[in-house]
Amino acid sequence: MSASTNSKFDMEVQPPYLHEPYKSTILRAPSQPLIVPKKKEITLSGPLFKEFKLGALDHDLTKNSVKDGEPIGERIVVHGTVTNEKGQPLPYTLIELWQANSAGRYVHKVDQHNAPLDPNFLGTGRCMTDAQGKYKFYSIKPGAYPWGNHPNAWRPNHIHFSLFGGDIASRLITQMYFPGDPLFAYDPIFKAVPPKGRDLLISEFDRSITEPNFALGYRFDIVLRGKNTTPFENL
Amino acid sequence: MKTSELKKQTPSQTIGPYFAYGLTPQQYGYNFESWVDNDMTKGVHGAETITITGTVYDGKHIPIDDAMIELWQEDGDHKLFGRYGTGTEEGNLFKFKTIKPKSVNGQAPFIHVILFMRGQLLHSYTRIYFADEQTLNITDEVLNGVADERKQTLIAKQNGNGYTFDIHMQGPKETVFFSL
Repeated sequence: MSASTNSKFDMEVQPPYLHEPYKSTILRAPSQPLIVPKKKEITLSGPLFKEFKLGALDHDLTKNSVKDGEPIGERIVVHGTVTNEKGQPLPYTLIELWQANSAGRYVHKVDQHNAPLDPNFLGTGRCMTDAQGKYKFYSIKPGAYPWGNHPNAWRPNHIHFSLFGGDIASRLITQMYFPGDPLFAYDPIFKAVPPKGRDLLISEFDRSITEPNFALGYRFDIVLRGKNTTPFENL
Repeated sequence: MKTSELKKQTPSQTIGPYFAYGLTPQQYGYNFESWVDNDMTKGVHGAETITITGTVYDGKHIPIDDAMIELWQEDGDHKLFGRYGTGTEEGNLFKFKTIKPKSVNGQAPFIHVILFMRGQLLHSYTRIYFADEQTLNITDEVLNGVADERKQTLIAKQNGNGYTFDIHMQGPKETVFFSL
């Protein structure tokens, strides 16, 4: 069993449960204080993915749902390193991805935004960090889209990330944003993160990984909660 | 290592309303293979299976139809993981098939729950304990760290073929959530 981590959510950078400008939090945020369980833990380690078989195109959202052509939009390649808070790389970390298409439309049935679906783009994929904690995937830059939180509300362009580190405390779902988005100033989901944490959600344009005549590169490094030095006992 | 030398955690953001085709695609009928679902008993042999069903309620006692629940359990014999969204069953139920974990180190058996939903910027952690483990529940340190009147929110009730575990985000029956 892996050792449990003692690192809490760092509220200097993490958003609160209740953030009234983001209206859906009002009826969904726990109102009572959280309870700290007594430490006698051994049941904290999560799924291990070293043997996990990704589909051949899971990491390429520009190809994994093609029907009769290429998806429309600006091709991007996103890479980065996943580490713990000590900066140690986390190998074999599963990353699940989902996003809107280039027109700002999600495939999800609930999304009724009047923008076109792309028959060649589902907008979901998966990748895994390698032995050095590095990951890379291809996609189409997602569009901004309107939502009903407040008048004329639009979400900044973003890609959803879901990650599993070595234990239950390191579980993370987040959103990667793109540099210089003018919608940051108006987005209560982004702004729920304290100022000190906001830059951590914004990818950097990365010319070193930009592929000539093919795709613009972005870098997004991810730090999962947890300080244990050997998060994976079975590797 | 001093705290100041640590890297800052990547902030959490909400799962939002549109996770289904990314995280639970087959459950919702999307054409992408799910790597996990709500049957946690694949690869488990010889153990009696149980079902756990429940509803997630918001502060107005309305069932939440876009939550995603993950169950994690580990008891030395089995390490199991499952995931289900509340958008496909009548009544917005979640349901899992699993086995009851064993007691470890004298603790009452339990299953970790991680809860994600639109309107949660950070996920929530809770636990499922079992109503038919009264003896261990009475002496369990974690349960005893919870005020008596709130303990029941952590204890799944027996029904015909398994257990019911409802989650209340707010209100008089607000579920106990943990800081891990």
